[in-house]
Amino acid sequence: MTAPWWIDALVALLLVTSGVFALAAAWGVLRLKNFYQRMHPPALAFVWAAWCVTLAAIVHFSAATGALALHSWIIIVLLSITTPVTAMLLARAALFRGREAGQRDLPPPLQPHGAPALLAPKEPH
Amino acid sequence: MSPLLSLAVTFTLCAYGLAMLLALARLLRGPSAQDRVLALDLINILGMLLALVLGIRYSSDTYFEAALLIALFGFVGTAAMAKFLLRGEVIE
Repeated sequence: MTAPWWIDALVALLLVTSGVFALAAAWGVLRLKNFYQRMHPPALAFVWAAWCVTLAAIVHFSAATGALALHSWIIIVLLSITTPVTAMLLARAALFRGREAGQRDLPPPLQPHGAPALLAPKEPH
Repeated sequence: MSPLLSLAVTFTLCAYGLAMLLALARLLRGPSAQDRVLALDLINILGMLLALVLGIRYSSDTYFEAALLIALFGFVGTAAMAKFLLRGEVIE
């Protein structure tokens, strides 16, 4: 079963869009000045490029088999769960290493060294 | 496969390859370790997208499973490396 021309055109448009976004993400990672700026461009690849490719796969396989082929969707689900976790861990690691190295322009820690813990049990009066 | 789709697939594969090279430059240059982890994560995701596009190109479902595995192991690896940078150990 051959797909109509507009299906192919839609898949081609989605693929080209994802390629452009992936290029933009890599260019940003290469060109931006410090790590905290460089953390942002990969989100273009993780969200826009991945969504476009997955939608292209869904449209292509649905048109090729004549039935709705939604299994590629799980890649979007997986990415949207895992990407914030890695971004948070990397940001915490960069903050920690920057403080250990004595960088001056970092935000202060939420809980300074030596301060009582926020959830510490209260002393009985 | 129509010539339009074939051309788009070729362009996308070339764009991914170029993007991986740019990220590889950041990985080799990266002044700090977290820069290298970030670039490696980006390369991993681009490789996963590459597998998906190849699946469209050859109309095969096998590439989809490979892409799923690459995404999963990429997350595990990046989380382990970030945890190592943060704490000096992976599993405490």
